Amino acid sequence: MKPVRILEGRAVPLERSDVDTDQIIPSDWLKRVERTGFGRGLFSEWRDDTNFVLNQPQYVGATILIAGPRFGTGSSREHAVWALMDYGFAAIIAPSFGDIFRNNSAKQGLVIVQLSPEDVEDLIVLVKNEPTTLIVVDVERLSVEAPELGWRRQFALDPITQERLLEGWDDIGISLRREGAIARYEATSLAPSLRDVFDDAGHARARG
Amino acid sequence: MAGTTLYEKLWAGHVVTAPEDEPTLLYIDLHLVHEVTSPQAFDGLRLNGRRVRRPDLTLATADHNVPTDPLSVAVSDPISRRQLEVLDENCAEFGITVFPRGHENQGIVHVIGPELGVTQPGMTIVCGDSHTSTHGAFGSLAFGIGTSEVEHVLATQTLPQQKARTMSVTVEGLPPAGVSAKDIVLAIVGRLGTGGGAGYVIEYRGSAIEALSMEGRMTVCNMSIEAGARAGLVAVDETTIEYLRGRPGVPDGDAFESAADRWRSFVSDDDAVFDKELTLQAADLVPYITWGTNPAQVVALDGVVPSPEDVADADEKNTLTRALAYMDLTPGTALRSIPVDVVFIGSCTNSRIEDLRAAAEVARGHQVREGVRALVVPGSRRVKNQAEAEGLDQIFVAAGFEWREPGCSMCLGMNPDILSPGQRCASTSNRNFEGRQGRGGRTHLVSPVVAAATAILGRFASPEEVVA
Repeated sequence: MKPVRILEGRAVPLERSDVDTDQIIPSDWLKRVERTGFGRGLFSEWRDDTNFVLNQPQYVGATILIAGPRFGTGSSREHAVWALMDYGFAAIIAPSFGDIFRNNSAKQGLVIVQLSPEDVEDLIVLVKNEPTTLIVVDVERLSVEAPELGWRRQFALDPITQERLLEGWDDIGISLRREGAIARYEATSLAPSLRDVFDDAGHARARG
Repeated sequence: MAGTTLYEKLWAGHVVTAPEDEPTLLYIDLHLVHEVTSPQAFDGLRLNGRRVRRPDLTLATADHNVPTDPLSVAVSDPISRRQLEVLDENCAEFGITVFPRGHENQGIVHVIGPELGVTQPGMTIVCGDSHTSTHGAFGSLAFGIGTSEVEHVLATQTLPQQKARTMSVTVEGLPPAGVSAKDIVLAIVGRLGTGGGAGYVIEYRGSAIEALSMEGRMTVCNMSIEAGARAGLVAVDETTIEYLRGRPGVPDGDAFESAADRWRSFVSDDDAVFDKELTLQAADLVPYITWGTNPAQVVALDGVVPSPEDVADADEKNTLTRALAYMDLTPGTALRSIPVDVVFIGSCTNSRIEDLRAAAEVARGHQVREGVRALVVPGSRRVKNQAEAEGLDQIFVAAGFEWREPGCSMCLGMNPDILSPGQRCASTSNRNFEGRQGRGGRTHLVSPVVAAATAILGRFASPEEVVA
């Protein structure tokens, strides 16, 4: 994953609450075995509508999505994050997020900016009034800013996620450095081996 | 000092290391895998030259996009077929047991884990599927993960985790007749809202939960995620232990008894304190149905479609208005008067043998209303075989239901079982999101008995209305 420090771009307001991951990327897209190309499926049920906000010319090329509460609830599909990033989004600003979506975003470097409902509402008004407004998300200072308008808010990120984003660390690499601890735990683990339950063809072994 | 909750016990028992300033590394006892959220994870392993650390703690099955047509019918969608083949190839390459389409142990991942007895109390269980919460019914910590985390578990058999907060949801007393586990959880999700459980692990407690069978407890835990909670739990009791006895994954004889003794410790202490508590009275519960486009938009089956005028909050009013438009419903309409096009009995929420028995009991000797398509999709091959041994398939087929092969089917629109735009469906599944069952489809979540009665009357109905 690439390090993320400062994101600068225009924003697009998606004024809907409860945008679940089925809306972000419909299940039909989940049949693919690749990790790329999901941007075409982003919000695909809504994108046929020429009035849909992503189709409005003033928002083309926006890299920051502003959404309503409970963004990314529902299905665990990481494809939702891949679709948002493949489309070009680098940060999502909303009052609240689904837990699994939040985790998945951290793994891919999609920055989750949680602001109060009032601040999100403020920002939506600013962006709608002036769609060319430059928005700056600073992962190091944990701030989101519209510098031309003098609008600035702080947001919270747990220190670990922040560090991962700033350093671009791969979680697996970090965990593999704990090999000694994993092996020590494993030596005492009671997790039953499935080799004792199923034969090579997956049939349950005779009991007793 | 206050006692310990079940969640805290499960957590403490799986800490590999808890370095300062880093998330705790938790050991994973069982990793369930399916075709949709795993291909990119296996690819990641290959790219980095990594192996699967514990293939013997990893189990795979094909479920999300298998067609539920007879096995003689080939998988016609080339993209689905490729994904199913890739699962088999990955499992062969990395030494993982897999149950492909047609295998005697194949089925929905959250149905087969418990029925094979590989889901056991005290375990940590993960799967790249948000309904992994189902397995919490066994007093195990089970939660859904994304594909990057699937790759992480494959490579390390661990996951970095932040501790969740704890919530108890107590359902006191016994519910009236006709109120099923599905109605209990719909009531809970309706009460908590889609975000009410976010950041929490829910433990379901109280006499109504204790009285449920394991299958009922699975239905309740399954929908924890619909309230935003990653995991649901039910404490181990004799119901848990008797369910597991004799299943392929558990030991026999004395070894079983000693395992059972250990399992009995997976309960919250009497004086444990939860971060949040919610209590419902079972006597107040009724059969429920969702009217809108998220699982918290629940009303009594006896009720009417709500009106945006009834809510004050502007955001909620907006959500309600949008849901009404999508669902093509008018406020004030009695739910029981609304006709349906399709009835789906299946999914990891309600496709187990007790669900099928309950639905068959309602359907027996009746006919599906003309113009209604009704599907029954057993959760696994074992469930299907059991149902056929009991003659349930004959009851369904005689009544005009389609009796299909096991899989996720019409729960999620990834296989040929989908709604057409504008079709209205009574579904025993877990999500009524826009387009969930097919683009433009309209989903109402209900229990198996309400689904069966609805198929027969052609409109939302309860079993009492189906006169013998």
